[in-house]
Amino acid sequence: MSALEPTTPSAPNRAGWAWRPYALTLPALLLLVAVIGYPLLTIVLRSLSEPQWGVQNYIWFFGAPVNLTVLQRTFVISAWVTVVCAACAYPYAYLMTAVGPRVRLILVLCVLIPFWVSGVVRTLSWVILLQDSGVINSLLRSAGFDGIRLIRTQTGVVIGMAQVLLPFMILPLYSVMKGIDLRLMRAAQSLGARPSRAFFTVYLPLSLPGVYAGAIIVFILALGFYITPALLGGPRSTMLSTLVQTQVLSLLQWGRGGAMGVVLLVTTFVLLALAAPVMRSRYREAERR
Amino acid sequence: MKPERQSKGAAIDLESISKAYGGFKALDGISLRIEPGEFMTLLGPSGSGKTTTLNVVAGFTDVTSGKLVVGGKSVVGVPAHKRNIGVVFQHYALFPHMSVGRNVAYPLTLRGVDQAQRKARVARALDMVKMGDFAHRYPSELSGGQQQRVALARAIVFDPPLLLMDEPLGALDKKLREWLQLEIKRIHRELGTTFVYVTHDQEEALVLSDRIAVFNRGRIEQVGTGRELYDEPKTLFVGRFVGDSTVLRGEARSDGASTALRIAGETVTAPRRIAGEASPVMLLRPEKLAIRRPGQSAVGTTNRLPGTIAEVIYLGSGSKYEVRLADGSTAIVRSPLTGESFGLGETVELCFDGADAKLLADDSTADATLT
Repeated sequence: MSALEPTTPSAPNRAGWAWRPYALTLPALLLLVAVIGYPLLTIVLRSLSEPQWGVQNYIWFFGAPVNLTVLQRTFVISAWVTVVCAACAYPYAYLMTAVGPRVRLILVLCVLIPFWVSGVVRTLSWVILLQDSGVINSLLRSAGFDGIRLIRTQTGVVIGMAQVLLPFMILPLYSVMKGIDLRLMRAAQSLGARPSRAFFTVYLPLSLPGVYAGAIIVFILALGFYITPALLGGPRSTMLSTLVQTQVLSLLQWGRGGAMGVVLLVTTFVLLALAAPVMRSRYREAERR
Repeated sequence: MKPERQSKGAAIDLESISKAYGGFKALDGISLRIEPGEFMTLLGPSGSGKTTTLNVVAGFTDVTSGKLVVGGKSVVGVPAHKRNIGVVFQHYALFPHMSVGRNVAYPLTLRGVDQAQRKARVARALDMVKMGDFAHRYPSELSGGQQQRVALARAIVFDPPLLLMDEPLGALDKKLREWLQLEIKRIHRELGTTFVYVTHDQEEALVLSDRIAVFNRGRIEQVGTGRELYDEPKTLFVGRFVGDSTVLRGEARSDGASTALRIAGETVTAPRRIAGEASPVMLLRPEKLAIRRPGQSAVGTTNRLPGTIAEVIYLGSGSKYEVRLADGSTAIVRSPLTGESFGLGETVELCFDGADAKLLADDSTADATLT
């Protein structure tokens, strides 16, 4: 409420009302504190206090090359998953904006149906598809090609994770794309842009906010993936969550597991902070003003 | 067209252009020649084919049949981006992710104009539309009128020989529209480019155009200057669409060189007749009609019809009256401020000189497309 606003008899009342919208967020805030805040705090504390107070868990983490390799691999796999999702989702989301309502409904259902199937079941289906004697390799062999190794490789993990995470890329992309005025493409063409040029100079930049939103969601979800890499991956495609699981559940090293979680969290924040300036767009800020 | 104008505009020839969507004929054999540097307005109600014609010239819509020549070259089948024609849209169509300066530079970037020259030409185009101080703003920070001026700068910055405008002022309020009309006129004079302007607003067409093509149901009814269309309409549709008018219908009788209409027991005559079998109607402009109190002498008018005042509209410069005639139709009369004034419901006589009445063939379909 502006200080310059003329004081009216009702002004104190209105000031009293100002906090009320925030009160509506209280249930959500309480839930977040209980299920995110408190466990996070516990993890940080345990990483610094078990078996005794100090940073020994972090020294251990950065001292063991295997940990750093897995950390790096986790980010590389997540990045690949993000790229594959973007490449598959972009034309799909565009198609959703271009078709009639009936076909669009079918396309939306195709995106959502996998959500209704448990992640374990979906991942096991990928095992059947990807394994050495699986559907893909049988097809390749019957077509006269050599079989390729997919199961227990990074490629297999990326394929499986990309399929699970695809909806998180398609939906934000679609919501941005359906707001793009296609008449701008016509304007670009009248100004001398051939269709491909019009796409790269007008449509693509306008759809980027959707790509960024989807990429952030997919990337972050991918970093913490456990089931898919555990079932589809091999020892050379272990991700950090598997290591955490080993430390905590098999070795009962809660401190080390906590330290790994904290490292992953901090690294993610740093990467997002680095990416933020790229994703900022002046025109969107201008629109909000 | 003024002869002193240094014309660098392109001539356009449309020859029996047709465009069908399934069974619907959006364009039904349009032929029109637009001279280099001319300001041609395509005027008509919505769905009359004027925007389709513009889209055909721009290259957004392909034709079912016909010939289209722009600047001496046939452009049928040439894609829009190769036609080098400026287009201004009703919805502005500025790129929201580019600043005003980059929007205007866009067509120059596509044409590989080097940076120094690009900067100079963008500045000149923005100055021409009086938006020179806004180069760093984003479209969302501008008003509708400002956005349309930027869109105009973007459409002329690459010196196209032809500029198409599709109801560019349709989304703006009246005062702004009138001011921008004068701006567009000035820019047309300064550039010498051929302008083709689409509107459904006949006043706007009269203000702007060298010539106007009146569209109705996929055909061109008449092409001419504003004065020609107002004074000598060739069809009832044109007469009614351009300017205010009163249409008198009645039982017609033609003898020799004159025509008489019998309307609710009264007879009016005009010293003219129309060719053909169609039944004639009389079309009268508001300033050619006068109203008198019954019994008052009326010098110089040959026809009188009784009626009552149904509406009085004060216009500032004068008054407009709607007079309900005995047959239920309405006449529109404009009288100067100095004249006598009449009250609502007053019984009056409508007077006019038969020589001022245009005799046109009746066309019942004109009612359907005008209302």
